[in-house]
Amino acid sequence: MGSIFFTLQDFMVYTEGVTYLLMGLALILYTAYFVFLMDRDDD
Amino acid sequence: MTDEPTVAESSSLMTPGNVITAVILVLGAIVTVLRFTQGLGATTNLSDNNPWGIWIGFDLLVGVALAAGGFVTSAAVYLFGMKRYHSAVRPAVLTGFLGYFMVVIALSYDVGRPWRLPYPFAIQQGTTSMLFEVALCVALYLTVLFLEISPAALEWLGFRMLRNVITKLTIVLTIFGVVLSTLHQSSLGALFLLAPSKMHPLWYSSYLPVYFFITSIIAGLSMVIFEASLSHRFFSDKMDQTHKDEADGLMLGFAKAASFILAGYFVIKVFGISADNNWHYLFTGYGVWFLVELMGFVALPSVLYAIGTREKNITLIKWTSALTVLGIILNRLNVSLVAFNWHLPSADRYFPNWMEIVITVFLVTLGITLFRFIVTKMPILYEHKDYQTSTH
Amino acid sequence: MSISRRGFLKWAGAANATVILGKSATGASNHDFKGYPDSKGVLYDSTLCIGCRKCEKGCNTVNELATPEKPFDDLSVMERTRRTTNDSFTVVNQYADDEKPGESAFRKIQCNHCLEPACAAACFVEAFQKTPSGAVEYDASVCVGCRYCMIACPFEIPTYEYHKALTPRVRKCTLCYPRITKGLLPGCVDICPTEALLFGKRTDLLKTARERIARKPGEYIDHIYGEKEMGGTSWLYLAGTSFSSIGLNEHLGNKPAIEYTAGTLSAVPLVVGLWPVFLTGAYAMNKRREKIAFSEKEAAVAIAIEETRAAALEKQEAALQKAERVKKKDIDNAVKQALAEAQKPDDEKSE
Repeated sequence: MGSIFFTLQDFMVYTEGVTYLLMGLALILYTAYFVFLMDRDDD
Repeated sequence: MTDEPTVAESSSLMTPGNVITAVILVLGAIVTVLRFTQGLGATTNLSDNNPWGIWIGFDLLVGVALAAGGFVTSAAVYLFGMKRYHSAVRPAVLTGFLGYFMVVIALSYDVGRPWRLPYPFAIQQGTTSMLFEVALCVALYLTVLFLEISPAALEWLGFRMLRNVITKLTIVLTIFGVVLSTLHQSSLGALFLLAPSKMHPLWYSSYLPVYFFITSIIAGLSMVIFEASLSHRFFSDKMDQTHKDEADGLMLGFAKAASFILAGYFVIKVFGISADNNWHYLFTGYGVWFLVELMGFVALPSVLYAIGTREKNITLIKWTSALTVLGIILNRLNVSLVAFNWHLPSADRYFPNWMEIVITVFLVTLGITLFRFIVTKMPILYEHKDYQTSTH
Repeated sequence: MSISRRGFLKWAGAANATVILGKSATGASNHDFKGYPDSKGVLYDSTLCIGCRKCEKGCNTVNELATPEKPFDDLSVMERTRRTTNDSFTVVNQYADDEKPGESAFRKIQCNHCLEPACAAACFVEAFQKTPSGAVEYDASVCVGCRYCMIACPFEIPTYEYHKALTPRVRKCTLCYPRITKGLLPGCVDICPTEALLFGKRTDLLKTARERIARKPGEYIDHIYGEKEMGGTSWLYLAGTSFSSIGLNEHLGNKPAIEYTAGTLSAVPLVVGLWPVFLTGAYAMNKRREKIAFSEKEAAVAIAIEETRAAALEKQEAALQKAERVKKKDIDNAVKQALAEAQKPDDEKSE
């Protein structure tokens, strides 16, 4: 999938880029899930 | 008809501290103009062999490490439930915010085209670079710190609803703060992993990111103690009773934590030497200097903090915090300026010129001045009467 | 003969794996990247170099660099070891020849156009690109001027225009990228009078280098510098004397720079993925502990209140009973007295 990578450099630019985007998504989802889990805690 | 100021005027503004501050600010302004009209070559001792000087080694590396008290204190209070340190949160977060703010300004002096600083986010992402990660996390963390400190300003300005909304975000902001701090504190150390051939083996280790992260916690704890001891001396009239009552407990608790973490750092530094079999370097000139850093500024403060905690000796703890802060400064300068390029002949080694030093002092002074202003005007050392939470 | 279900699954799995692996050309699982197939390079043969500095002149002309103080035929500049500067992309240094006492050996310094460049790994705006031609290209239009590339380069090549206030650039050899894409030779190679510089496909240059070593084994050190160093460079070196004696670092190792930070970089997503979990856990556990401590305290207070109240009630009861008894006793006494009075003989009754 995706383009052919001839150098480790090109490979990592791509994979790290995708990973950074996923990290951002993860932080947003964690926040939402945190609120979902914890908002009925005050009885 | 004389030109002398009235007694009231002269006593309020012309204090020795203010005069020195004014001189530094003026000198700083002059060198700033020089830097941006004449370029780096005219205002620094940077060279092709030494691309990074004290604006990176001190302003950036030390600045970020010493601003770590924000994430450490807010994590302790809001995540680990140590409510007895609550009065220390706002001063620590303020120090953190001002520290990172000054770092961004310092970077604007150091990079060749500061107006392009947003480029890694907006134009092209060098995702393989540790510096990209540092830039991203510092930018995000500055935002987090700004949000964390904004309630103090909002209370002062009277924006009740907005203040309450932001305060609800505290836990999430604190968690983000710890995540982002872990990342960029360690990544600043990781920057140097890319140049193993240029760094002295005693300081170059694959553990560099871990070393930088652990020392940032130590720096944060010590800066909170150090800043508290100064605030109690100079701003005690701005403190409420809670703040004063919690002070001793804060110093003892943070000193105890710092003592043990320093011990842990000592241990992993030794492991680092062992892992690369670098024992023989300890018997060289650089080795002696390494031992000075390790024994005098890691082992010694660890023991002093321990004694201070056991004996409940607050004065010893305060002095040890200053020693520890000096040790952090020494470590960052050692990594970036002493161990880096150690192989070059001494004629090619770097030393800052007076203008670089002026800007560094200027930025530190600016930070302190802003701290003084905010602490005297806004509820940092005391709780705003409309938002009292303590029972004192 | 029917195929068993296990056999079918095995075959299907293998077929799928082949399809998936065949489709994925990254070879990601074993990280083996061969570089661009027609990547060009230069073979520099130090035994043929006479230190005439014509290559410096050629480079200067082709790149329209500033005219230096001393002309290029002034060989006295080689009395001190020089490095690249922002207006000399290449310099030739002179060294004492270890193998031939009294004679000199030369080494031309310029960007080595590494296969996995450290500058590209370092740059946070991707200003450096390894192009298919083999040249590592620098894009001044995105450069912020952080100079991390200068920290990263193990060969100390990139230079900076510190004298410029508003438009400083990083400067280095370009492998004459505009020329080689047009089929021309790099400026230095073109002008070299002794053919110490040879331009061509990197794979061909390696073959040529090996042939030269094989033909004259006494003449050459049996190593092609740049074949593997730092993951391999496009500029290859042959020498008749030790490489370190002509200023080439023999302790760099074969690992490309990017692999030194790849470990830390891979830990970043782990922190982002797991720290929120641990910290939320710590927060939740402490909140729970606080709540339990609070409700335990409340319960203890309630019990204490209850006990106090019960004790008070008891006391009240006792007091009431006592009062009752006393009252009863008083009444009894009064009755007794009245009766006694009533029983007295008439004459003693108060009249």
